[in-house]
Amino acid sequence: MRSRAGGYSFWIGAAAVLGVAALAVATVKNEYYFFAAYIVVQFVVLATAWNILGGYAGYVNFGTSAFFGVGAYIAVMLIKATGMPLGVQILAAAAVGGALGFGVGLLTLRLRGIFFSIATVAITIILETTVINWRYVGGATGIQILRPPVMEPFDSYTKMLLFVAVLLAIVAVAIARYIEISWLGRGLRAIRDNEEAAECTGVPTLKLKLIACTISGALMSAAGAPLAMYQSFVEPASAFNLTYSVSALAMPIIGGTSHWIGPVLGAVLLGTVQQVVTVTVSSELNVLVVGVLLVLFVVAAPEGIVGLARRFAARLRKRES
Amino acid sequence: MFSLDLLRDAIVFGLLVGCFYAAVSIGLSVAFGLLDVPHIAHPAFLVLGSYCTYVLNQHGWDPIVAGIVLMPAFLLLGMMVYRFYYETFEKRGTEAGVRGLAFFFGVVFIIEVGLVLVFGVDQRLVEADYIGTSLTLGDMRLPLRLIVAFAVALVLTIGLSLYLSKTFTGRAIKAVAQDEAALRLMGANPVRIKQWAFGIATAVTALAGALLIIVGPVEPTMDRVYIGRTFCVVVLAGLGSMSGTLVAGLILGVSESIVLTLLGASWAPAVAFGLLLIMLGIRPQGLFGR
Repeated sequence: MRSRAGGYSFWIGAAAVLGVAALAVATVKNEYYFFAAYIVVQFVVLATAWNILGGYAGYVNFGTSAFFGVGAYIAVMLIKATGMPLGVQILAAAAVGGALGFGVGLLTLRLRGIFFSIATVAITIILETTVINWRYVGGATGIQILRPPVMEPFDSYTKMLLFVAVLLAIVAVAIARYIEISWLGRGLRAIRDNEEAAECTGVPTLKLKLIACTISGALMSAAGAPLAMYQSFVEPASAFNLTYSVSALAMPIIGGTSHWIGPVLGAVLLGTVQQVVTVTVSSELNVLVVGVLLVLFVVAAPEGIVGLARRFAARLRKRES
Repeated sequence: MFSLDLLRDAIVFGLLVGCFYAAVSIGLSVAFGLLDVPHIAHPAFLVLGSYCTYVLNQHGWDPIVAGIVLMPAFLLLGMMVYRFYYETFEKRGTEAGVRGLAFFFGVVFIIEVGLVLVFGVDQRLVEADYIGTSLTLGDMRLPLRLIVAFAVALVLTIGLSLYLSKTFTGRAIKAVAQDEAALRLMGANPVRIKQWAFGIATAVTALAGALLIIVGPVEPTMDRVYIGRTFCVVVLAGLGSMSGTLVAGLILGVSESIVLTLLGASWAPAVAFGLLLIMLGIRPQGLFGR
């Protein structure tokens, strides 16, 4: 169990991050930095959300892109039908994503391991195909979105989106952290280690899995909702792209799945590398970077960066004593 | 208008394609169904096989001959991949689930991007005499390349299931799937058998990859659709059932072809995944499950 002081320092840290974001919004002029930072922060949300189910409970979700795409398209629908503001879009996306997550959670009743993973890929492709065949939201060719005028304290829409994304990331990390240190996390870890044994000792496995799936799904869809405004253009092939799935899975594994900081570290590191590679070399190569790093870490450092740091710290302590 | 003729054409077409689906899935049926390796990179190996065939075809080789010539190389590749997988995951035992899956998922993207970097994102085709011509049967026209693929697929699928049920090594592979500990007690080395089996599964994938590029143009990200198709066939068949694989391939081929005729091509990718999802929900052990 972590001490109460740890709790305070977490919130101070969160406030500091928000403060830095606000300061950057107020002072930095170059739009591009916000454009790039948005992607990184978006991946913090996705990686953290993935880790709630994948890291704590051990259910590997290959369908992050399904939730992400659903979030983006819920936003598109709301913009087209009613012109709702961004906040409502995100909330609506989270609600639908949560419902979808609940459905996926019901699948875990019967499916484990690779079967669960394949089922999530299946959901992705089925949803993508449905959207491709749905004229109202633009079909396969996609749909153009007009950004509404930006709201007051911000002077550009991209800056506002970044700020919103940072807020979302803090919410996501706070939820993940709460789950990790509460009874929920203990239950999920029991499921990961041995589901039958957990069930036998009275852990309400189904309830826990449903909660984890719902929260994870809601966060992923919420992360997808601002995509419509960010790109001013949404098409199924990019909104449901499997690259989101592989990144959302690679980042927690590279960072370390056992601690909430793992996905954050992984997302910031890998996201930044990806942005640099995309700009300097090519966008194909950034997927290669993800793939190679994923394989490397899985093989050589299964506990991720957090695990490496812990081992390093342990060695230091040993030397001191 | 939908007519009986159209339905008949769809079914015949579906049966031809279905046999081809069985051939592209049979490697997975061994690797995943028998050996329990979460081989999500199987379709990526398939596309890799297609591109190797394409390269040989550029030098004037017939695609099917190229596919057969590639088999020993893929056999070695498969054995190496399994050895690596065993040493890093199975041997350590801890949390092989998440890490093993993530490993193969990473391999998928490495192969995909590798192919994009070498060949670009354009579609590639092979050339042969039987590609582009068609056979006329009554009032039906059947593309000859589908018939060639059908024939090779049938030989491949039946050949592999005979190998597994009739030969000594084949039976050993089935034994390792049933009870590894018992096999160990008999003095056999399960790891070597599994390595060989995975090699065979990958070698078969090389020829199946050749069929893939004979049936139609191939692009690097094509493996994503085939994740659905191959896993659908394997799950539908019931893990490790070879005869089931053939039946399941035919079921998928016919249902895809009928959906294609009724609703149009844009719905086709969802068929395999839909079927897979329904099967997983209702009867995860498959039609002919163990």
